[in-house]
This record gives sequence, C-alpha cells and structure tokens, in this order.
Amino acid sequence: MLSYAIRRLLGAIPTLFIIITLAFFMMRLAPGGPFDSQRRLPPEIEHNIKAAYNLDKPVYQQYFIYLGKLAHGDLGPSYKNKDFTVSEMISDGLPVSAKLGLSAILLAVLIGVTLGTVAALRQNKATDYTVMTAAMIGITIPTFVAAPILTLIFGVYGLTVFGYDISLPVGGWNGGAIRNMILPVIVLALPQIAVISRLTRGSMVEVLHSNYVRTARAKGLSSFQVVVRHALRAAILPLVSYLGPAIAGILTGSLVVEQIFGIPGIGRYFVQGALNRDYTLVMGVLIYYATFVILLNLLADILYAVLDPRVRYAK
Amino acid sequence: MSAERTAELVGRALDVKGRSLWDDAMRRLFRNRAAVVSIVTLGIIALLAVFGPFFLAYPYDYIDYSVVSCAPDWWPDPSVLCNAGGTHWFGTDSVGRDLLVRTLYGARVSLAVGLIATLVSLVIGVAYGATAGYLGGRIDELMMRFVDVLYSIPYIFLVIILMVIFNRNFFLLFVAIGAVEWLTMSRIVRGQTLSIKQKEFIEAARASGVGGFGIITRHIIPNVFGPVVVYVTLTVPAAILAESFLSFLGLGIQEPLTSWGVLISEGANQMETAPWMLIFPALFMAITLFCFNFIGDGLRDALDPKDR
Repeated sequence: MLSYAIRRLLGAIPTLFIIITLAFFMMRLAPGGPFDSQRRLPPEIEHNIKAAYNLDKPVYQQYFIYLGKLAHGDLGPSYKNKDFTVSEMISDGLPVSAKLGLSAILLAVLIGVTLGTVAALRQNKATDYTVMTAAMIGITIPTFVAAPILTLIFGVYGLTVFGYDISLPVGGWNGGAIRNMILPVIVLALPQIAVISRLTRGSMVEVLHSNYVRTARAKGLSSFQVVVRHALRAAILPLVSYLGPAIAGILTGSLVVEQIFGIPGIGRYFVQGALNRDYTLVMGVLIYYATFVILLNLLADILYAVLDPRVRYAK
Repeated sequence: MSAERTAELVGRALDVKGRSLWDDAMRRLFRNRAAVVSIVTLGIIALLAVFGPFFLAYPYDYIDYSVVSCAPDWWPDPSVLCNAGGTHWFGTDSVGRDLLVRTLYGARVSLAVGLIATLVSLVIGVAYGATAGYLGGRIDELMMRFVDVLYSIPYIFLVIILMVIFNRNFFLLFVAIGAVEWLTMSRIVRGQTLSIKQKEFIEAARASGVGGFGIITRHIIPNVFGPVVVYVTLTVPAAILAESFLSFLGLGIQEPLTSWGVLISEGANQMETAPWMLIFPALFMAITLFCFNFIGDGLRDALDPKDR
C-alpha cells in the first residue's frame, strides 16, 4: 500500500513537470511581450524593464531561472499588478476560494448522496423519475446559466415567504458571510449534486440487490439501518473515484462563479490575468491548480484502495 | 432444380434485405421517443440557425440606437418607438440589435464550434487510439501513459492559455477545444481495438498480406464505430459548453460576431433591466444540450441492447 502511494507520488512529478514546461514555452510563443501594449517606451527603459524581469536572456535560460525560483516557491512578480508577487496574490485569494470550494463539495456530497439514495429506494417510481430528471437538468444547465438565473430569482426580484424577505445579496464576499456564500455555493454545487445523485443511485440500486443486504433485512434490521449502516457504505465507493473529476469541475466552475459574484478568489485572478495577459499570474495559478488536481486524484485512488479491500494494486 | 429456378431464387434472396447491426440500431433508436423528439428539435434549431437569418429584416450587427433594450412585444403597437422599425420577437440588446437574429447567429457559431471541434477530436482520438491498440505492447503503454498525463491537466485552463496567447483566433478555438476533447475518444477506441484485433477476420486479413495501416483503416476503424458514435454525440455538447464557457469569460468569440456564450454573458450583465437578453439564448442553449444528451443516451441503448 505504502509503496503504491510512493510510486504514484513519484509518478505525479513528471506530470507536473510536463505541465510547467508546456505552459512556460506556450507563453514564450506568444506574439509580443507583456509590456508591448502600453505606450512606446524609450529603448533604454524598455531594456531595463526586460532586464529586471530576465526577459533579455535566451529562452532556455529564462526557463531554468523560472524553475529555480519555482523550486523555492517563488512564482515571480505579477506583470500587471505592480508591487505584488504572484505568490502574494494567490495566498490572498486561496482562503476565499478554498472556503467556497469546500462548502460546495460538502453540500454536493450531502445532497447528492441523499437524493441518489432516495431515488434508488423508490426505483422506477415517480420519486425516482423526478430526481433523475432534475439531475439531467442539473448536468445540462451550465454554471454560467444557472448563476444569473438564480441571481435573478433570489437576488434581483427577491422572494418573500410568510412575510420574511429572503432575498440574497447578488455579489461581493463580505468576509465570507453566510448570506453572501449561499448563492455562489449552490451554483457551484448544482452540477456536482446532479452527477453525484446519478452515481449514488446507480451503485445503490446494485448494492440493494446484493446478498448481504438481504441478510441484513432478514435478521430484522429496520430499513433505515439497512440502508445507512450497510448499503450506503458500499454504495458511496464509486464516489471516491469521482472525487478528482468533481474537484476539477468545481475549480472550473469557480472561474465563472467568482467572476459573476465578484468574489476575490484565485479563479477571478486567473480570468483577469488571462484577459490582461498577465503571464506570470496565469501560469502561477495554472501550476497551482494542476498540482491540486493531481494530488487529489492521487488521494482519491489511495483512499479507494483503503476503503475497498477488494482492490489490490500490483506491486 | 433448373438453372432458371436457381437464378430466380438467388435473385429473390438478394431482394430480401438482411437487417444489419445498424438497421437494428436505427429501428431501436426511432422507437425511443425522447431521442426522436430530440432529433427533430435539434433539426429545427439547426435549420433555423442556417436559414433563419435570411428571412429576418435585421442583420446581426445592425446597431439601432432608437430601439435600445426593447422588451419582446409580440402584439406590437406601432405607436411605441420600439416597434417603429418592425417587430423584434426576442427584443433587442443594449445597443439596439435584434436579439432573435443574434440568437440564431449564436446558434450558427455554437453549433459550428461543436461540430468542428468534435470532428478534430474524432480524427485525433480515433487515429491515436487505434494505433496504440493495434501496435500494443511497449508503444501502447507509452502512448496511453501520455494520455494519462494529459488527463490530469485541468484542460479548460490550457485552452484559456492557448486563447490568450494566440489572440482569440476563431479557428484556433475549434482546434484547441477539439485537441483537448480527444483523450476519452482515444481511450474508447483503444479498448475496442484491443478486443477486435484478436478476432479471426483480422488474422485472415493479416494472412492475406494486408499491412498494418490497411488493417487499421479498413478493418479496425469501421468496427469501432458504435461506441465512437455514442461518444461523438456526447462530445458535441461538451464542445459547445466549452466554447460558451470561454466566450462567457470574454476569451472566446469576439464582437460583433456572437455565440450563445457571448449572448448569455451580455444577458447576465443586463438581466435586471432586460431579462429577455438572458432568457432566450439560455433557453436555446439548454434545449440544444438536452437534445444532444438524449440522442446520446438513445444511441447507446440502441447500439448496446444488452444494457436494457
């Protein structure tokens, strides 16, 4: 088990290396440097600026300088936000993005598993069809459509229930206040709820037909106990391997959600960096995301092996 | 039996058409109500997208400041300024362009991106997967390992970087999306190829001296068609989504050209005052994505009846 984990971890290093190299040279292929778009600078000053960012050296030297700095955790200065390093910007945005993403994934797992289980218990009945149709809608409606529509309903028009105004703020972070988080978290979680409920339903239907569940029923356990203590454990296994894609999905979604709701996370930095051609920032965030996704995939695989004793990885 | 009689029987046997795998699959597909409705709806949307703009009074980039942000008004009162130039069935946007014609143009672009990107992913994925599966061994392992590596990259970020670097080039957008969607395709094709190449007819082909390239193109690729078709119908909506996602962030299609993503993005900005700018493009896109998903599901059931 440990050797498997170590082997996978070592395998992740070349992957990351390829990503960094690819991203670096793709950026160097870009026509024009990051300082071209501004007004024409005197050649001496332009030269000095380029020297300050090491842009006057040959590309391969720049590459090794970048790698060397990266090894120390230094992602370089932001090209467009003067006085900020990329690391500073990322560490500013990370807590916000992490809080948002974690809440979304928690919500998605809780609601998705519940809905999937309920649908499986009422297989081929009205409840099942309703949940699965809703899941289909959740999968097809992209985040950038769901976000404005929900904002329109709950934020702009506002809703009043029994005399209480339950309209929600449509933007801003406000230090992570719960009211500000509700809409973005729901929007981020919706597609994942849909996928997770479909996955859970599928595996739950299978598990409910298995012999040990029948045994549990036969020995007189209440159906709540059968489902929660026996069936659910086996049924949520496929979810573990879905964890990696789910995180990637939430990261992608967060680009849109942070943009729409004006949340100061790293997703918004990435988009703005891309629009402003702030290459170091874009690359820093990309490396960050890639590391995160790779590590999580790794974690999911290992977790899967721990949870399911039938899975044996070859030496 | 006389020779004439034999000829007649043979002739009659030739008239009786055998039902191939595909005939069967099509019959099953057309019995699936959701899939048929989806095919018809999608056909209507495609026809509207291609021919609709020719029948409309407004060009897609015609700016008219006298009808800015007009709500759709289906029973127009000509005295209202908004209706002076004619009916805007879907209303107008914030610079007075007709939203119906823009939605249809957006459909053109989105569908084109979806189809072309899928074609790119199809060509790369099938060629790559079939080669890896057919060659097998070391080369297969190496090629698939490369796919694994690419899989772990959050690909939309790579597309974003590509779009930034190459200045939002329209055709590059097709290629970039296609070039990242081919991974799953290549895995599917490889898996199929591995099982097909054990079959007798491949051995027969090899025995009769057909080369590796000939076997892949003439014998393997036609036989992996089923799962590939299913996956293609699921790749088209994925590509449409990817394009819209990029356009929504301002990294895709550029003004005055438009796509559903651009329209939804504009609509989202104006939704407090002009909700129709959001609702119509979003509706069109959602319906299209639904249709593709239902067709994909229907095809899978049709081609793989043991799953039912």
